Amino acid sequence: MAEYKSIGINTEKRDAMSLVTGQPVFTDDIALKDMLHIKMMHSPYPHATIEEINTEKAEGYPGVLMVLTYKNTPRVIHTTAGQGWPEPSPYDTYMFNQKMRFVGDRVAAVVAESEEAACEALKLIEVKYNILQAVLDPHDSMRDGVPVIHDEPEIKGAYDPQHNLAANIDIEIGDINEELKKSAYVIEDTIRTQYVQLTPIEPHVTISYLDEYGRIVIRTSTQVPFHVRRIVAQVLDIPVRNIRVIKPRTGGGFGTKQEIILEDICAYATLKTGRPVRAIYTREEELMSTRTRHPMEISLKIGAGEDGLINAISMHILSNTGAYGAHGLTVASNSGSKSLPLYNKAKAVQFRANIVYTNLPVAGANRGYGAPQAYAALEQVIDELAYKTGIGPLEFRKKNHIRTGETSPIFKALGEGKEGVEQYIQSCALDELIDRGAQEIGWYEKFGKHIRNGSKVRGVGMAMLMQGSAIPMVDMGAATIKMNEDGSFNLMYGGTDLGTGLDTVSSQIVAETLGVKPEDIIVYASDTDITPFDVGAYASSGLYISGSAALKAAMAVRDQIFEVAKELLGEVDDKNFILEDGRVISKASGKSLSLSEIAHHTLYVSNQHQIIASASMVSPYSPPPFAVHFAEIEVDGETGVIKPIKYVAAMDCGKPINPELVKGQIIGAVSEGLGYALTEEYVFDENGKMLNGNLTDYKIFSTRDMPEVVPIIVETYEPTGPYGAKSAAEININGPAPAIANALYDAIGIRVKDFPLTPEKVLREIKNK
Amino acid sequence: MKVTYIINGKKQEFDISPGEILLDLLRDNGYMEVKGDCYEGTCGACTVLINNVPYASCTTLAAGVDEAEITTVKGLGDINNPHPVQQAFAKFGAVQCGYCTPGEILSAYALLLKDPDPGEEDIKRALDGNLCRCSGYMQQIEAVKIAAKMMREAGDNGRV
Ligand code: FES
Ligand code: FES
Repeated sequence: MAEYKSIGINTEKRDAMSLVTGQPVFTDDIALKDMLHIKMMHSPYPHATIEEINTEKAEGYPGVLMVLTYKNTPRVIHTTAGQGWPEPSPYDTYMFNQKMRFVGDRVAAVVAESEEAACEALKLIEVKYNILQAVLDPHDSMRDGVPVIHDEPEIKGAYDPQHNLAANIDIEIGDINEELKKSAYVIEDTIRTQYVQLTPIEPHVTISYLDEYGRIVIRTSTQVPFHVRRIVAQVLDIPVRNIRVIKPRTGGGFGTKQEIILEDICAYATLKTGRPVRAIYTREEELMSTRTRHPMEISLKIGAGEDGLINAISMHILSNTGAYGAHGLTVASNSGSKSLPLYNKAKAVQFRANIVYTNLPVAGANRGYGAPQAYAALEQVIDELAYKTGIGPLEFRKKNHIRTGETSPIFKALGEGKEGVEQYIQSCALDELIDRGAQEIGWYEKFGKHIRNGSKVRGVGMAMLMQGSAIPMVDMGAATIKMNEDGSFNLMYGGTDLGTGLDTVSSQIVAETLGVKPEDIIVYASDTDITPFDVGAYASSGLYISGSAALKAAMAVRDQIFEVAKELLGEVDDKNFILEDGRVISKASGKSLSLSEIAHHTLYVSNQHQIIASASMVSPYSPPPFAVHFAEIEVDGETGVIKPIKYVAAMDCGKPINPELVKGQIIGAVSEGLGYALTEEYVFDENGKMLNGNLTDYKIFSTRDMPEVVPIIVETYEPTGPYGAKSAAEININGPAPAIANALYDAIGIRVKDFPLTPEKVLREIKNK
Repeated sequence: MKVTYIINGKKQEFDISPGEILLDLLRDNGYMEVKGDCYEGTCGACTVLINNVPYASCTTLAAGVDEAEITTVKGLGDINNPHPVQQAFAKFGAVQCGYCTPGEILSAYALLLKDPDPGEEDIKRALDGNLCRCSGYMQQIEAVKIAAKMMREAGDNGRV
C-alpha cells in the first residue's frame, strides 16, 4: 500500500485551536450595530385555528418594530426540509399560518430593539383560538372520521392528506407469504421507538442583514447553506441572487439543522426593516418546535430455513411525522434501505410504511435518519431468530450477512423516496468486526452466563449495522482550489463541517494529493457567494462527496502544476512528475522546483495565469460502512435500572483518513445512541404538550453516565472513496438500542418492546415474566 | 448599580441593572467565548470561573459577584500561547463542534488547580455538569489526563 504523509494520520483539527481559545467563530458571536431581536409566540393548542389575533398592543410596546403573523407575511406553501430540489417532502408548511397543528406551532413573531422588549410584547398579543379535536395517537391518524390535519387545499406532494397520510411506501421482492410458509423458523415481533431529539448544544440561531448592495446576508447555524438560500428565496419570493448564506462554525447539527427553521423569518424581518435581525431559540423551543426523530412502530416477520439462512423479511412501519411531513418519506425509506440489505440472503422482502400526520411535534432529519429505529427492532428479532435456530447471535449473523461482491435488490428498489441505484459491495469487514468485537467484550466468557452480584445480573448483547455514504446520484458537492505564491492553496468548497472535522479531513486529502502539509491548505467553506455548490452535510455525505470533490479539484490543480513544471524543466512528458514535500520533482531527471517557484512563475513571470481548478462530485455508489457493536450491562432486578458497563463499537469505514476524528465520531454517536436506548424521551400531557422541555427532565448522557467505550477501527479499502474512505458519521448511532436490549435479554430473559428501556418498564416485564 | 470584576486579570467596571445575569453581561460586553444555551444551569456551556471555582454564569446574578475574579477560557491562553489544557483538548480529539469546549476546559482547569493528578472518576465528576453532545466524553477525559501530566512535568500548577 502507498506510503501516505497526510492520510491516516491524526492531523490536529484545523479549527481546534480557535475553539479551545474561545475565538468568536459561531453564528451568535458577532453583535451588529442596531441589531433587532426576534421572539416567537407558539400555539398552546395541538389543533386549532386562529379566529382572531390582535397585535396592536404588542406593536405599541416601546421598542417593538413589528409583529409578524399570517396576516402580514407571504403565504407560500413549502417544506422546511433542507433537501435537494425537488424535495421529496410534501409542501405543507407556511412561514405563519392561521391553522395550528401542534403545541409549539408558530403563531407570531415580535421584532424589537431588545430581547426583553420582544418577550414583554409577546405577552400582549391577543389570540382567540377555535380549538379543534386533536389527533395524538398515530394509530388513529388514518381512521375514518378522524379530523384532517392538513385540510388546506394548497397542500402538495402528500400521499393522502384526507387520511392524514403524509407518505406511503410499499415494495415487495419475491413472494413473501410463500417464503415465510416455507421457513422452518419464523419470528414475529413489534417494537416501538419514542420521540427524541439530538439537541445540539448550540441552538438554532440566525443573524441576517443587508450588505452594501442591499442584498440579504444570512449568517446561520445550518447543515444546508445552499438549500437555505433556495428555500428562503422561494418563501420570500425573491431571486436566489439576492441572498448570501454563510455558515460559520456550527455547534452541532445531527440533522436538526437540515431544516429551515429561523432563516426565512429573520430574512423577512431584515427585508422589512432594513436592519440586522437576530433570532435564537431557547432550549425549550429547540425541543418543542424544531425537529425530532420520527417515532416508529416496527413490525417484523422474519423466516429462516433449517440451514439457518434467512428466507424472508417483512418489515412494516408506522411512522409518526408529527404536524408536518418534513423528511417523512425519506426517513422511512432509509429505515428499510439502510438495514434490509445487510441480510441479503432473503429470497423475499416486503417493506411497507405508512407515514402519518399527528398533532405532535414535527419529526425530521436526525443522525441515522430512520436507521436507528429500524435497527432497534431488526437486530432484536434477528437475535430471537438466532436463539430459535440454536445457532447463536454471532454465527447466525456471520451466516447471513452481505459480503464483498454481493448485492441486495433493496438498493435498487428503495431509494430516496423513489427508485434507488443498484450497489455491489466492494469493501466489507463484517466477519472481522464480529470477531474483534467479541474478543474485546469477552463474549465467550460472558454470553449466557448471567453473572450475578446480589440483585444485579450481567448480560452481553450485540448488533450488526450498516449505513450508506451519501445518496447515490442525488448528492452533489463541488470544490475550487487555487494556488498561492508561498506554495499554499485555498480550498473553497461547499462542504459543511458541523464539528465533525470535515474541513480537516478535506485538507488532508488535498495536502496528500498536492504533496504539501494539511496546514498548507487554507479551507474556506459553506458560503453561497464564494464557495461552489454542495448539498450540505447529511446522509453521511461529507467526506464521500465534499471530500471527493476536493480530491478531484486537487488532481486537476496537480495536472496544471505538472504542465508548468514540464515547461520550466524542459521535459516532454507531464506524466513524469511527482509532488512531494512542497516540491514538484521530475522522475526522469531528478530535477525539482518548489511549489513557491512554480506559483511565482505563473503569477509574475511568463505564461502568466492563476493555477486554479474546480471539480464536482456526484456518485452512482454509496458504499455502506459496516459496524458491529457489543454491550455489556448490569441490570438490577430490584430497581430495574440498566447500567451500561462496557461498550465496544467495531467499524469498517474503509480507510480512516484521520483515526482520532473517526474515534470521536464513533464514541459521540454511541453516547447519543445510549441516551436513545435508556433515558431520552419526550413526555406529553393529554393535549400533546411536551412536559419535559429542558435538559434536566429530558435526560441526555453526561460523563458519569458513560460506560467505558472501546472504538475499534478495522481498515479496509473502498475503491470508490477518496483514498479508500467510506463514511463514519451516522452508522454508530444505530447500535446501542438493540445491543443493550439484547444484553438485557441475555441477562434476565426479558424484552422491553418500547424504548427507552426505563427502570419502570424493566420491572413491569420482570413481573410479567 | 456599579460592579467591579477582575476579568482574565484585567480590572473592569460595569453599570448593571439589578436582575442582570452574568452570562448576558459578559456576552454583551464582548466576552463571546462564554456560550449560552439552556439558561437554567443544566448544560454548562456558560461556565466561567469565579475565584477559580466553576459556575454556570447563566444562573449567576452579576450583582452577586461584585469584586470577584472571573476567568473565561481566554484567560487561560490564546492561539499563540495556549494553556496545557487547551493544547491537550486540541491535540487529542477532545474538540468536535467546540460549543461546549470553553466550559469543559474551565471545569478541567479548576479541577487541576485543586488536584494535579486526578483519577478517572474525579475527572468525570468535574466534567459532569458540562454536557457535550458530539464527543461522548472519552477523548475529553483523556485530554484532561494528558494536560495534568504536561503540567506536572512542567513543574507548574498551570495557574494563570
Ligand atoms: S447556559 Fe448556563 S448552564 Fe446552560
Ligand atoms: S464538542 Fe460539540 S457539544 Fe461538545
